[in-house]
Amino acid sequence: MTVLVIAEHDNQNLKPATLNALSAAQQLGGAIEVLVIGSNCQAVAQQAAAIAGVSKVKVSDNAVYAQQLAENTSQLIAKLAPAYSHVLAPATTTFKDVLPRTAALLAVNMVSDVMAVVSADTFKRPIYAGNAIATVQSSDAIKVLSVRTTAFDPVSTSGGSAAIEAISDLFEAKQTQFMGAEIAKSDRPELTSAKLIVSGGRGVGSKENFAIIYALADKMGAAVGASRAAVDAGYVPNDLQVGQTGKVVAPELYMAVGISGAIQHLAGMKDSKVIVAINKDPEAPIFQVADYGLVGDLFTIVPELTAKL
Amino acid sequence: MKILVAIKRVLDYSVKVRVKTDHSDVDLANAKMSMNPFCEIAVEEAVRLKEAGVASEIIVVSIGSKAVQETIRSAMAMGADRGIWIDSGEAALSPLTIAQLLAKVVQAEQPSVVLLGKQAIDSDDNQTGQMLAALCDYPQATFASKVTIADSKATVVREVDGGLQTLQLALPLVVTTDLRLNEPRYVKLPDIMKAKKKPLDTQTPESLGVSLNNSVKMIKVEPPSERKAGIMVPDVDALINSLKNQAKVL
Ligand SMILES: Cc1cc2nc3c(=O)[nH]c(=O)nc-3n(C[C@H](O)[C@H](O)[C@H](O)COP(=O)(O)OP(=O)(O)OC[C@H]3O[C@@H](n4cnc5c(N)ncnc54)[C@H](O)[C@@H]3O)c2cc1C
Ligand SMILES: Cc1cc2nc3c(=O)[nH]c(=O)nc-3n(C[C@H](O)[C@H](O)[C@H](O)COP(=O)(O)OP(=O)(O)OC[C@H]3O[C@@H](n4cnc5c(N)ncnc54)[C@H](O)[C@@H]3O)c2cc1C
Repeated sequence: MTVLVIAEHDNQNLKPATLNALSAAQQLGGAIEVLVIGSNCQAVAQQAAAIAGVSKVKVSDNAVYAQQLAENTSQLIAKLAPAYSHVLAPATTTFKDVLPRTAALLAVNMVSDVMAVVSADTFKRPIYAGNAIATVQSSDAIKVLSVRTTAFDPVSTSGGSAAIEAISDLFEAKQTQFMGAEIAKSDRPELTSAKLIVSGGRGVGSKENFAIIYALADKMGAAVGASRAAVDAGYVPNDLQVGQTGKVVAPELYMAVGISGAIQHLAGMKDSKVIVAINKDPEAPIFQVADYGLVGDLFTIVPELTAKL
Repeated sequence: MKILVAIKRVLDYSVKVRVKTDHSDVDLANAKMSMNPFCEIAVEEAVRLKEAGVASEIIVVSIGSKAVQETIRSAMAMGADRGIWIDSGEAALSPLTIAQLLAKVVQAEQPSVVLLGKQAIDSDDNQTGQMLAALCDYPQATFASKVTIADSKATVVREVDGGLQTLQLALPLVVTTDLRLNEPRYVKLPDIMKAKKKPLDTQTPESLGVSLNNSVKMIKVEPPSERKAGIMVPDVDALINSLKNQAKVL
């Protein structure tokens, strides 16, 4: 039994989400290989080869894979998949896009958002925004799984020395052309791997007011998150949305400021170790999941907190 | 130009789901059901493309028991022209089977654009559109927050983890909707009345030649672990003290 883990990366660096997927792969048992698909991505292959427990790294390095478009990367993965018992990748937007397409090419079902490995064919996954946990069993010959990264501790980035093998299969995505990307640049920690997160909601009131959230986050060395309402209202960009349909986070500390605690928001943060809620409404549902609640006006509390920390 | 929209009937987003005490399933008895919010966004986008003169006909398709006819009528009230109900009874279908059924409809209808929600808020799979695109060998633009169609090409802005990505794709294609693509309209009573007269065709998995074998079995459904109740702190000093000395996270 050999498990294939597909690397999340930006052609230069292996993304931490891959380390969580590898951790899930270890629980399946069997040998683990990593597939790196990209362009000028040899550095990523080397980082993957250095991870303890990885027996081989396959790298498909070609300009056609620069953007990891679903149309062609799914074909490449599907071509390689029959040699493996499981194909895993972290449940990032890249693989939410690619993996179901791969599974359909293989004529198998896929299990999304695996949060626990019960056995090699049985997994737990959240449904209904995490308000129910389903245990599912797959009888497919190749099991295609996306991994909820917050549910698995990352493996160590060192201790291994796997061989790197080049893959030459080329598939083009003729119907799809990459036009550009607006990738948010920030010196703050990345949301999904941050230890501390300060999130703001509709209560923050405006894009300008969000400055107090950023100031607190910077004082703490925290990442910034937001509710859907704050993103919809244009206070912050979409990549900060935490929730059922945004990012799932589980930091050591999650501070929800001016967020009511709708089930869709809770779905993305309720596995955080410690939750703090700051809200002027003592009845806000966020207090039901908070370890520490503080009722009051965020416009006085947040600056005071920033000053005193 | 034809647009096909796949819509799913789900537990209303405002209802908190309960797990049955025997852990066999979730309890949907007498619960309020609605169109999946992402599917509503898909229907709205189709209607806007028609209003803009880009599309000429909107067909909606839903798979499930008799009750999904109601969801199809809601989409018609929003502006869809006709509907297809694939009667799959009470069977629990996997996304692959749903995609196989939808692929048959695509084959028959030959739409230029197929719109789906990015995710159904009950099973949260986020798979069906991508699988359908694979089965039809169409390009795909998932998690769309802006769709422009001109000169037989679609330009789609996608919400990705790092921010936004723009793709240009040839037609026909599959698009799955994200939250910020549009804000669905409220339907008016006269439109609800008009919707009742729009044509609704019935198909079955057998008539489409798709067998309903499901390789992923649901073994049990459990409630999530509950967080234990926390405490209220009176002021900022108490909060800092708790975070430093009790929770030890600062
Ligand atoms: C299909 C679907 C998917 C969704 N996905 C997501 C998702 O992924 N993530 C997500 O977050 N939401 C999601 N939502 C939206 C969700 O249902 C809520 O609407 C949203 O989370 C509300 O955001 P909020 O808490 O910021 O705003 P509100 O609910 O408006 O809450 C604002 C809070 O701020 C407080 N407040 C106001 N002023 C102050 C002040 N001065 N000081 C202190 N407190 C103050 C108020 O008391 C209130 O509790 C989704 C909804 C749907 C239908
Ligand atoms: C209690 C319970 C038991 C279940 N048991 C099983 C089981 O044993 N095995 C199993 O594999 N699955 C099971 N399911 C999963 C269920 O059948 C899913 O609805 C199905 O797998 C489709 O997944 P999804 O809706 O999450 O797809 P997604 O990929 O999240 O849906 C995306 C989009 O696809 C389209 N779409 C999805 N479904 C339909 C539809 N019916 N008609 C038209 N368009 C549609 C919509 O546009 C939707 O927005 C169960 C679900 C529940 C809640």
